[in-house]
Amino acid sequence: MSLSLDEVRKIAHLARLSVQEEDLQGYARNLSDILGLVQQMDGVDTRGVTPMAHPLDASQRLRVDEPTETDQRDHFQANAPAVESGLYLVPKVIE
Amino acid sequence: MEWETVIGLEIHAQLSTRSKIFSGASTAYGAEPNTQACAVDLGLPGVLPVLNEKAVAMAVKLGLAIDAQITPRSVFARKNYFYPDLPKGYQISQYELPVVGRGHLDIELDDGETRTIGVTRAHLEEDAGKSLHEDFHGMTGIDLNRAGTPLLEIVSEPDMRSSREAVAYMKKMHSLVRYLGICDGNMQEGSFRCDANVSVRRKGTEKFGTRTEIKNLNSFRFLEKAIEFEVERQIDVLEGGGAVVQETRLFDPDKGETRSMRSKEEANDYRYFPDPDLLPLDIDSTFIEQVRASLPELPDEKKQRFMNHYGLSAYDASTLTSSREMADYFEAVVEQAGSGQAKMVANWVMGELSGALNREGREIGDSPVSARALGALLARIQDNTISGKIAKEVFEAMWAGEGDADMVIEAKGLKQITDTGAIEQVIDQVIADNPKQLEQYRSGKDKLFGFFVGQVMKQTGGKANPAQVNELLKKKL
Repeated sequence: MSLSLDEVRKIAHLARLSVQEEDLQGYARNLSDILGLVQQMDGVDTRGVTPMAHPLDASQRLRVDEPTETDQRDHFQANAPAVESGLYLVPKVIE
Repeated sequence: MEWETVIGLEIHAQLSTRSKIFSGASTAYGAEPNTQACAVDLGLPGVLPVLNEKAVAMAVKLGLAIDAQITPRSVFARKNYFYPDLPKGYQISQYELPVVGRGHLDIELDDGETRTIGVTRAHLEEDAGKSLHEDFHGMTGIDLNRAGTPLLEIVSEPDMRSSREAVAYMKKMHSLVRYLGICDGNMQEGSFRCDANVSVRRKGTEKFGTRTEIKNLNSFRFLEKAIEFEVERQIDVLEGGGAVVQETRLFDPDKGETRSMRSKEEANDYRYFPDPDLLPLDIDSTFIEQVRASLPELPDEKKQRFMNHYGLSAYDASTLTSSREMADYFEAVVEQAGSGQAKMVANWVMGELSGALNREGREIGDSPVSARALGALLARIQDNTISGKIAKEVFEAMWAGEGDADMVIEAKGLKQITDTGAIEQVIDQVIADNPKQLEQYRSGKDKLFGFFVGQVMKQTGGKANPAQVNELLKKKL
């Protein structure tokens, strides 16, 4: 299986990664190789095997429904580039 | 050309847990921005989600109520997209193995007809934060208090054929989640909202038409209007020789129309994969049985009981059980008035009381006339202190805060006249005053009986006992 340059561009865009035009070829080759590796597994007969959702053979532990967190807004917002009236400010997302 | 509408709904119900689905931050509504957003909700590096047991129990509760399969081992997945109110860059949701599998919900239409709507699945997921686009010097403000609030997304089959059916289904689901106590159902605050998938096809064909998805409808009326507009739009496109484009649309309540969201906002390539931070969720039969034991009487069961036990019609029973609060109110009044009076109580609750509530846009929970007070009023009709007609006057006064039934009856002198002598006196006077009508009546004009009743009631200010008036008049005429 081999990925086209357009597919690599699309994947990069979805992941919000900036990829230089001259690097596209290399990424396409590397990603295709990974897919090729995965593709080898298509040859294995997996009928009767339950698909694995997690490598650990364990199940999710549940938490009691009680608020345990205290307000640490000021602490967290000390890291933010811009805040106002308690809100995190980001570049405008709609026109 | 006849067209058939096909609708499926995705309902998002915010689960009324106290803490978030994957963190210990509070979910209380209306807090100062970002004071209830902890490190997990902010998606800071190194934190791990831990699943809230109550959220799982609530999902199972809904599953049992719609007769659905509970998935013994369900899996959480990451739904990847970028938006500033989603700090992790993905929403934790469920994809291939949702906690609730196939179920169904019966809806009742205005004509009394019942239809079964299939529920494809219901899955647990986290809500995103809120973006505020008001003026912050050309920037967008982000409040992450809502981020991580548990949601149950309930996906229906494309089983609805009109906006009316879609509204009936959404209303029924709304009533159900409130009965179950898993969602407060507050649509203004966004606790209960839906996306509608709408398509049209030529009547008689099997194949579905191309659908559009209308996002974020947070009222029954918007759902109805949005579907109606969208159906018209699609039919116009098709009849004009065009093709419907599969896309996401937004409903504009001010203009009453749907419009296309720009494709930039769409990015429907979510690249779901199992979330490695969460192990599979195992739900065993012990857990399911515990939840089952906590199920309240469900709307359909309650309706059936109201019909059997109180002898109410299907229509009355379904109106009274449309919310748990109304059903409880009705039963509290009946308890006081006696179960023989159920029909009268039903008429009062659905008539005077609901009318007054609607007029003022109030919920039954904050009715100024309590169930106990209404029961006491109806008891006064029963013991012949007042007539049903006068009772309406008393009710208005009670609603206006003029006291309980007995106080109002006393203060306004509304006590019914049941003294035969007194009524006879009035009747004699009325007969004497109206010789012409008396003659006509006696020569066979039976309809004039009503005239005499009216005159007697008028003379007594409506306070004479109607049954006695009838009886005595018949004798005297």
